[in-house]
Amino acid sequence: MKAKIRKLIVSVEETRQDMGKAVEPPTRKAAAVAVIENPFAGQYVQDLKPLMDIGEELGELLTRRCVAALDIEGGKAESYGKAAIVGEKGELEHAAAILHPQMGKPVRAVLSKGAALIPSAKKMGGPGTPIDVPLGHKDAAFVRSHFDAVEVRVADAPRAGEILVAIAVTDSGRPLPRVGGLQKHEIKGEDGLR
Amino acid sequence: MPLVEVRKFATVVEEVFHEGGPPPARPLKQGACLAVIRNPYAGRYVPDILPLMKELEPLGLEMARRLIAALGVAPKEIEAYGKGAIVGGAGELEHGALWHAPGGYGMREALGGTKAIVPSSKKVGGVGARLDVPLAHINAAYVRSHFGAMEVGLPDAPKADEIVYILTMATGPRVHARAGGLQPSEIKGEDGLR
Repeated sequence: MKAKIRKLIVSVEETRQDMGKAVEPPTRKAAAVAVIENPFAGQYVQDLKPLMDIGEELGELLTRRCVAALDIEGGKAESYGKAAIVGEKGELEHAAAILHPQMGKPVRAVLSKGAALIPSAKKMGGPGTPIDVPLGHKDAAFVRSHFDAVEVRVADAPRAGEILVAIAVTDSGRPLPRVGGLQKHEIKGEDGLR
Repeated sequence: MPLVEVRKFATVVEEVFHEGGPPPARPLKQGACLAVIRNPYAGRYVPDILPLMKELEPLGLEMARRLIAALGVAPKEIEAYGKGAIVGGAGELEHGALWHAPGGYGMREALGGTKAIVPSSKKVGGVGARLDVPLAHINAAYVRSHFGAMEVGLPDAPKADEIVYILTMATGPRVHARAGGLQPSEIKGEDGLR
């Protein structure tokens, strides 16, 4: 099943300074969002494979949109995250089917490597509901400078029979990281953790 | 200290394929560029605020160019525009009004001359405040199909001593426009109204 997309939204935040201190180079967070029809709205469906296939399709599409918006090669991405909001005629499990089984592979193909788990969030909601998409370093989940989140919301989505699906990609960590922990130059990148 | 000090830029682009009706041949794209700047007049009443208006002109032009680039279209494909401002709590609404001239200048310059007034909205608000920024046709304010709005905002702005200045643009009419009125084909383009 192909996703029936009503709209795509891509946003980029570029932070130049914080607390009067320059951020050089600026940190940049991109988020790409698809608003799709929920094919299972209003009914209980046992087999969610069609939503898993949609997750795979959107994994590639939304990651490519993020990378294009940042104007970088996929390999230059540093952190990532994903999230979904299910409109009221669906169930939370629909978000899980999109996000977890098949989405990761195409995301990692676009960004190269990506040993770390892709952090995620999901909820039910209505038009304008915001969701904080968690962010973590793509090669080593313990890199402390890259723990972050990006808030996304779409004023007119999700409608009752829709699902909002988001992927976030950065080429940087937080603006002025100084809480220690594993540094990005210390990444081994083998187990996805360190 | 320079009068215009940007803490962050944000761009957001929506690509609308349909809203439940027949998808148009070309999806509608609408976007916004936001700049978060320090309010040099925060915390006190300053009688002469016009120096900031003049200094904002390069920012207006840069934001218009960033937005056109994010939309990924040629300037001649932009059909609607708008602007707005959210002033942090230590400022006054009048500081938002400083955006009228430089915001309009930036878009007219980047779009190669336009006839219609740029519709606008403004408010005082705190971090996370949202603003509905109006959109209308660039050459004839009465073109009904192009009346729209885009809700924008940032979770971390404006802080009390900041201002968020906003530009919006769209590549066409509402996705299923059918409410009659003056049509783009009927524009005379003399007075900016019809």
